[in-house]
Amino acid sequence: MQEMMKKRAKELLASGEVTRVIGWKKNEFDYDITPAVFTSAEEIDRDFIYDDFCGVNLSKFTFQHQKNDTKTLVFLKPCDSYSMTQLITEHRVDRNALYIIGVPSYGKIDVEKIKADGVTGILSITSEGGDVHVHTLYGDKTYAKYEVTSERCLNCKSKMHPTYDELIGFEGEVMETERFDEVAKLEAMTPEERFEFWRGELSRCIRCNACRNACPACTCETCIFDNNDSGVAQKAAADSFEENMFHIIRAFHVAGRCTDCGECSRVCPQHIPLHLLNRKFISDINKFYGDYQAGAEIGQRAPLVNFTKEDVEPDIVAKGGKA
Amino acid sequence: MSMNEFKPKIVAFCCNWCSYAGADLAGTNRLNYPADVKIIRVPCSCRVNPLFILRAFQRGADGVILCGCHPGDCHYTTGNYYARRRMTLLFSMLDYLGIEKERTRVEWVSAAEGAKFATVMNDFVKTVTELGENKRLEDLRCKK
Ligand code: SF4
Ligand code: SF4
Ligand code: FES
Repeated sequence: MQEMMKKRAKELLASGEVTRVIGWKKNEFDYDITPAVFTSAEEIDRDFIYDDFCGVNLSKFTFQHQKNDTKTLVFLKPCDSYSMTQLITEHRVDRNALYIIGVPSYGKIDVEKIKADGVTGILSITSEGGDVHVHTLYGDKTYAKYEVTSERCLNCKSKMHPTYDELIGFEGEVMETERFDEVAKLEAMTPEERFEFWRGELSRCIRCNACRNACPACTCETCIFDNNDSGVAQKAAADSFEENMFHIIRAFHVAGRCTDCGECSRVCPQHIPLHLLNRKFISDINKFYGDYQAGAEIGQRAPLVNFTKEDVEPDIVAKGGKA
Repeated sequence: MSMNEFKPKIVAFCCNWCSYAGADLAGTNRLNYPADVKIIRVPCSCRVNPLFILRAFQRGADGVILCGCHPGDCHYTTGNYYARRRMTLLFSMLDYLGIEKERTRVEWVSAAEGAKFATVMNDFVKTVTELGENKRLEDLRCKK
């Protein structure tokens, strides 16, 4: 796969069809992958990588590094492709300045799961077939891949690419998932239990803003959380109110536009399950206004900028909530 | 009045064209509703974004109510339809975080419904009084 991608990237660069390539490159560790812009065949030969650690969603990076006077090749996994489609719908990127190649993803490895298992001193990790070999200072260990696959990949919503110019590999399908099960479990708790649960989670937030920075739906040039006049720009959450407020507003601002790509939960250094907030909005939208998947098609109208005269009244929540 | 009798602070966002006029009518008709209801006039129910509601709680509200024109009667045609979706999702999220769902409400009150305005407010104040002080969404720094 990686070799085919490199070959196409070099061909497109050589033909002048594109002048830049956005892909993944390795940092210090095998599992430490960063998005990068490549402009020459040499760079691609040296650094370009596509493996089971390339979880980074390139859509946000593409948005940040777009140039409209030249064409850029970008490789997108299915979830990245949903994010990109949403960005195109919102006119945040110029589709004509992009050459999109869809690539498959067979589940990305979450190194945090390996670390949580008590593994330290990791020197290298290789993923072969269904096995993941971890080589450390203190010896080697092998996992079955599904044991260390990220939560979002285990609950993959789709293997399809809503937007592309070219595909490498086969086009996949929308998947049946159990991604709302955790939300339903929380909904079944008493308010007191839920309150305790979320206090436990949200009070760990250090307001690093990584979740916002990584999110491909968060593309405001100046965010309210950076505006010193907003009164909510404080970096450290000094009060429980502020923790709640930050998380409600962050999730609300992407409600209806969040594609459930899982980047926010992936990047959170405090392992706060942010996807449980996003998925609550998604499941409410599905329940109240009909099934909706953000980024599934260019030009969709997001549910919060839409309405029907028959919409449920807000007191549905007080009445116990099922549409 | 005994010292420990709890009187809730209520913030009512009222759209200028219907509900605010409805409140006015309640006043000119000398209908009673508790003085703890603080009205904030907004151009349309749709002007209220989730942060308004949260901010009201932060600054000490025990209950927040949004009043607008009846669906179909919005002065800006469709503002309240958007507000309706927004508030439904916000209230549901607050409930999901374990914050009492009775502390937030939306009511459609027209300019002719002074009596409805008073009834709604009396009822809401009663509900929030029974709930007691807002503890789950308070900001200790804002407490005097
Ligand atoms: S909120 Fe999280 S899951 Fe949703 S689009 Fe943003 S990063 Fe992806
Ligand atoms: S990434 Fe995690 S710790 Fe950082 S602001 Fe977001 S939720 Fe808080
Ligand atoms: S003007 Fe009253 S709700 Fe829009």
